[in-house]
Amino acid sequence: MAKMKGATIVDIERCKGCRLCVVACPLGVLALTTKAVNLKGYPYAETVLQDTCTGCTACAVVCPDGCITVYRKKEE
Amino acid sequence: MTTEEIIRPENLVYRKPELLNDVPMHYCPGCSHGMVHKLVAEVIAEMGMTEKTIAISPVGCAVFAYKYIDVDWQEAAHGRAPALASAVKRLWPDRLVFTYQGDGDLACIGTGETIHAINRGENIAIIFINNAIYGMTGGQMAPTTLLGMKTATCPYGRDVHLHGYPLKITEIAALLDGSCYVTRQAVHTVAAILKAKKAIRKAFDYSMQGRGASLVEIVSTCSTSWKMTPEKANRWMEENMFPFYPLGDLKDSKP
Amino acid sequence: MKGNEAIAHAAIRTGCDGYFGYPITPQSEILETLAAEKPWETTGMVVLQAESETASINMVYGGAASGKRVMTSSSSPGISLMQEGISYMAGAELPALIVNVSRGGPGLGTIQPSQADYFQTVKGGGHGDYRLITLAPASVQEMADFVDLAFTLAFRYRNPAMILSDGAIGQMMEKVVLPEYRPRRTEEEIAAGCPWATTGRKGLRSPNIITSLGLRSEEMEAINLRLQAKYREIERKEVRYEEYLTSDAEYLIVAFGSAARISKKVTSLAREAGIKAGLLRPITLWPFPSERIASLCGQVKGILSLEINAGQMVEDIRLAAGGRIPVRWYGRLGGIIPEPEEVLEELKKIAAL
Repeated sequence: MAKMKGATIVDIERCKGCRLCVVACPLGVLALTTKAVNLKGYPYAETVLQDTCTGCTACAVVCPDGCITVYRKKEE
Repeated sequence: MTTEEIIRPENLVYRKPELLNDVPMHYCPGCSHGMVHKLVAEVIAEMGMTEKTIAISPVGCAVFAYKYIDVDWQEAAHGRAPALASAVKRLWPDRLVFTYQGDGDLACIGTGETIHAINRGENIAIIFINNAIYGMTGGQMAPTTLLGMKTATCPYGRDVHLHGYPLKITEIAALLDGSCYVTRQAVHTVAAILKAKKAIRKAFDYSMQGRGASLVEIVSTCSTSWKMTPEKANRWMEENMFPFYPLGDLKDSKP
Repeated sequence: MKGNEAIAHAAIRTGCDGYFGYPITPQSEILETLAAEKPWETTGMVVLQAESETASINMVYGGAASGKRVMTSSSSPGISLMQEGISYMAGAELPALIVNVSRGGPGLGTIQPSQADYFQTVKGGGHGDYRLITLAPASVQEMADFVDLAFTLAFRYRNPAMILSDGAIGQMMEKVVLPEYRPRRTEEEIAAGCPWATTGRKGLRSPNIITSLGLRSEEMEAINLRLQAKYREIERKEVRYEEYLTSDAEYLIVAFGSAARISKKVTSLAREAGIKAGLLRPITLWPFPSERIASLCGQVKGILSLEINAGQMVEDIRLAAGGRIPVRWYGRLGGIIPEPEEVLEELKKIAAL
């Protein structure tokens, strides 16, 4: 079976650091920043395990603020 | 495969709905309103009704819904949204007309408007966000606050002798002959969100088919007023809200 | 026909899109007539009996916000319930017609006629700084004529308008010439005439938002200043009144609606008794004919305000008179209509001052 590779882009200024995407991701791809914050002072979601992402969109679906864009490509 | 090779337009699988405006929403982190706004925006676009939607926003946290979903909106007085929607739909029968209301707005001050609009069988859809608390005014007791639940106006917990019982208005709506579709959903997991979206789509479709009134309750969290993290609020909702407000369809009148 | 029936027929004939109301004496004939006429089968006008006056006025809010020509009617206690919606409509700048066939209060009061809702109508009623365009009919003919006039003014200024009538005019039967039939506006006409209306966001236009909310102080002040500028314009352009025997009058009666009909008789009786009396009948209660009253103060020696209430309009007359001449009030309460003879006695007292 072809493996799916995914990637996410987080709109960090829209992100409020609610962490629901981190919880929703079955593979631990995302985490909240621990040192950086956005202009509103929120820690924001960032990809920490890029290679693991399958582009399942769970993080984006649960994001209340529509911050996450997801791309997915079949591995050749 | 590099990330650059994946992030290409042809590989796009999820993005913020087009009808959700770029302006950041004022809701607190993790607020269920955001999820439901996204679903409503997606459904309107998927139905091709962007140019034919007249939406009614409430008084409460969602008062500014009109800033976030890119359609025509009327902002109603507290609780009166179903009255506005009744008139608008009768005057513009080919438009998609829905209200978006919280528990205080719909189940307390607007109980009369809600019950009668549904009972008349108005061809409207009502999206009902039930987080069992008044969010915008700072966490006071709502008609749907659970027994024992602490709020700013029942700081020792809702006591039935003092405050009466939580109101299951969705169950009441299902009893009314004018309702065609009454359902209770949630948006705490991917699966729940997909089901909630189907429910909203069905309610909107039924309203356009002239079948009567639909009520889609979304059992929601208010992490700020509940004084929990969004994650914990979701767990608390599953453990405490769902037993009293069980998810699922209460009524679906097939044609 | 009855005044109330005239309102209903005039609404159907002048392209009203919707009526939303709740039964209350003495105006239920408006809804009853509309229900019997079934305009939804002819002009397409929507008629809906709501669950309350609160719902009625908010249905009117929704309909008006979508650019439709919509109205409601009620009587005093019901109009009190509508004040929330009227304030919201004034704030959101929505054109609509509200008919008050008023009765005696306070509270449940009486079903007999009264003009005691003057303050409520022209001084606010609901919360916030706003004004309601107010027309006061004195005949069944004017009940019919003012429907279209009220809508015209409401749409010209994007402001709610009220016909402030009373149980006497509502129940009175007179001959009336109804307006010519005019079709309801088409969707294109509404889009062209009301580009602000929420009818569905077409093409590239940005969404239309109808709201009275402005959380930032600067924003809300700007909204209020715009409203006030509009109110000043209405005060300059839309004052309407009728004069009777004022050219040589030495004493002036000011009265509106039913009280003006009595006052006409009083004027004749006074002239027979050697008192040169005239009548000024405000047709618009807001904007009030203050300027005309002020100018008449240079001519007449005293003013009697005849009202079927405890003395409300008299305050506006005194403001216009500015203390230059005596201004007195006379009226009866509880639904009693004053007799011309008792009013004449009051006028004689002013003439004797």
